[in-house]
Amino acid sequence: MPSDLTLSRRRFAAGLATAAALATLPLPALALTADAAKSLVDKTVADINSIINSGKSEGAMLKDFEKLFTRYADVPAIARSVLGTAARSASKAQLSAYTKAFQGYISRKYGRRFREFIGGRIDVAEAKAVKSYFEVISTARLQGETPFEVRWHVSDKSGKSLFFNIIIEGVNMLASERTEMGALLDQRGGDLDRLIADLKSI
Amino acid sequence: MGLNISFISGLFRRICALVMLSALLSACAGTPDSNGINDPFEPTNRKIHAFNKGVDRALVGPASKGYGVVPEPLKRAVGNVADTLDIPGDIANNLLQFRLVAAAENTLRLGVNLTFGLAGTIDVSSELGLQGKPTDFGETLHVWGVGEGPYVELPLAGPSTARDTVGMLADLALNPVRLALPTKEANAATILKLFSRLGDRDRFSDTVDSLLYESADSYAQARLLYLQNRRFQLGKGTGTAPADGSGDDGFIDPYADAPSDDGFIDPYEDPYAQ
Repeated sequence: MPSDLTLSRRRFAAGLATAAALATLPLPALALTADAAKSLVDKTVADINSIINSGKSEGAMLKDFEKLFTRYADVPAIARSVLGTAARSASKAQLSAYTKAFQGYISRKYGRRFREFIGGRIDVAEAKAVKSYFEVISTARLQGETPFEVRWHVSDKSGKSLFFNIIIEGVNMLASERTEMGALLDQRGGDLDRLIADLKSI
Repeated sequence: MGLNISFISGLFRRICALVMLSALLSACAGTPDSNGINDPFEPTNRKIHAFNKGVDRALVGPASKGYGVVPEPLKRAVGNVADTLDIPGDIANNLLQFRLVAAAENTLRLGVNLTFGLAGTIDVSSELGLQGKPTDFGETLHVWGVGEGPYVELPLAGPSTARDTVGMLADLALNPVRLALPTKEANAATILKLFSRLGDRDRFSDTVDSLLYESADSYAQARLLYLQNRRFQLGKGTGTAPADGSGDDGFIDPYADAPSDDGFIDPYEDPYAQ
């Protein structure tokens, strides 16, 4: 560390160049982010457990799940990806209304299943870099069930470390929600506004 | 026991016929689309799905709710015995897959559960951390290099593929327990198995109900769930295969065929590029 704390423009530029050079060296940077990905999942799991054990009413818990989902998951990216090709032709206003409706829909859908997790736990084992994202591997141990594998896909492309997919024993949440959203949209003759309105009550 | 040379050669011929049949089936139609789904019989499959849903709504669902009131320890014992009765078939398949470690583990499991587990009623092995390695002839065919073939939904049995259907028939026909037990006991084993299935339907009723009755397209959801989970299972087996099984040149990696098979979907492929 330089004892002189005033940062000259030249030194700043040199610092940037060093940072850029470091970024191209994958190992140290990745090790850090893999840890970040792992701690993201650790925090998510801890928060899920505290919601389940909070003893609140189901409605209050579902609200908490929605907050958790927006804090730890990249909701806009997930929502858009789930909508598929229809997202490309949607207006900005439609997309943001849809994202908000989707956020509630997905939190209720998965949050309603919280009872299955009572008394169970999820152990986070390892995180590794895969292509452009990080994969965190965990094991869910629910009461009376054979332990099963849960994989979390984490990315910082939104500017923050957030998860964008969960894969349970090979079953892919994004793929399954894409199928579901596609079918819901088809049932409404491709009318996105109707889908947005209906998502609020599904 | 009737294990003589002609029995074994007959068994061998039957297995050969099955392998050829499934190779034929899996080669006969189509290649997976970009989602890794190969479903040339979709219209027929959808009709069978509607039938299966009707059966579940009218019979299996209510029956499982009825069976659900049976005390938990008894249900667990039925499930454990049914699982134990499957182990000899698992071991036979492990051997056919050249997975000797899994065969040894399942053999140990069978021994422990039959003795300390009071004839299979208590799953002592799992308590000891010796989880089962359930397998089937569909997996054996996979290990031998037979592709999964088109997706099919079977009446009553539900989602499957051409290869897994052949596997299921083979497991039914060649099950060592059925072959070894007298008819009466073998039938009792089948009935026990059916009750165990009812128990499963009840135990996972939230999952099954949400899939069948709450999704917008239950056929497409069931198909996706089955294919993804099955490929995951088969891929996992490949990862833990002993070295002596890897010399098999007919081996097909299920993850090598479809790019989406590693489970990775990139939600950023488009949005941030706008």
